[in-house]
Amino acid sequence: MNSASISVVPHGVPLEWYLLLSAILFSLGVIGFLIKRNLITVFMSIELMLNAVNLSFVTFAHQWHAVKGQIFVFFVMMVAAAEAAVGLAIIIAIFRARATLAVDRIDLMKL
Amino acid sequence: MHLILFFLFAGLCLAGAINLLLQSHPINSALSLIVVMTSLAVLYLLLGAEFLAAAQVIVYAGAVMVLFTFVIMLLNAGREERTLGSRVALTLGFPAVAAILALLATVILKAEGLGRAAMQDGITSTEELSKILFTNLLLPFEVTSVLILIAILGAVALARRGDGERTAGK
Repeated sequence: MNSASISVVPHGVPLEWYLLLSAILFSLGVIGFLIKRNLITVFMSIELMLNAVNLSFVTFAHQWHAVKGQIFVFFVMMVAAAEAAVGLAIIIAIFRARATLAVDRIDLMKL
Repeated sequence: MHLILFFLFAGLCLAGAINLLLQSHPINSALSLIVVMTSLAVLYLLLGAEFLAAAQVIVYAGAVMVLFTFVIMLLNAGREERTLGSRVALTLGFPAVAAILALLATVILKAEGLGRAAMQDGITSTEELSKILFTNLLLPFEVTSVLILIAILGAVALARRGDGERTAGK
């Protein structure tokens, strides 16, 4: 498969590479979610995962020459914007109650 | 041309994502996330999604990340202290990440004939997108606006409540 893709290189990029990039970005997001100790950075890792999934949606929309995949990404973006607003408001509320952003010290649901 | 642009911006994407993990100050992580999102917008454009590329820059790299940097500055978030993390993350999390990545990679690399993306490919125009969005999918679109309105109200209520509780002494 590798030799085939190299021999036809002038004709663009195989879509597998886009999907692979999306998978790697998603995994980096999960790793960030696991190793980061700051509440805001953990939240940023979630945004990274959402973006990775969006990239694979756009790739498949390109593959099928369909608009539906792009519309799905549009809705994901809208929901992610709403989620970011609410999530950051929750972070502010937590910071007011605990005066810290370290996830190790925020181990109770009760504020 | 497509190949060069893909490698350039895929590399930027990965570099930004790895930098996000390595930086210990949240503002540096936020700035590298902006790099990731902007290069993703270029990749969308390469895949022929012009509206989504614009929306990615405006909504994600613009609005959402401004919100993030604003909160980081508002809360005066300092360097994070590195700890080992939970034992569950070490024993269960990282093997699971490796397994998911390996599974996805094998499935993707085995799937042949997905096609290629080239510069000559057609671009999905915004008109095409909006035609479907405003005819077949009008109801979900309107529901999304209600969702965003509720999110705004929820954000205001959440951010205000802590303040009210403290002054009321409850």
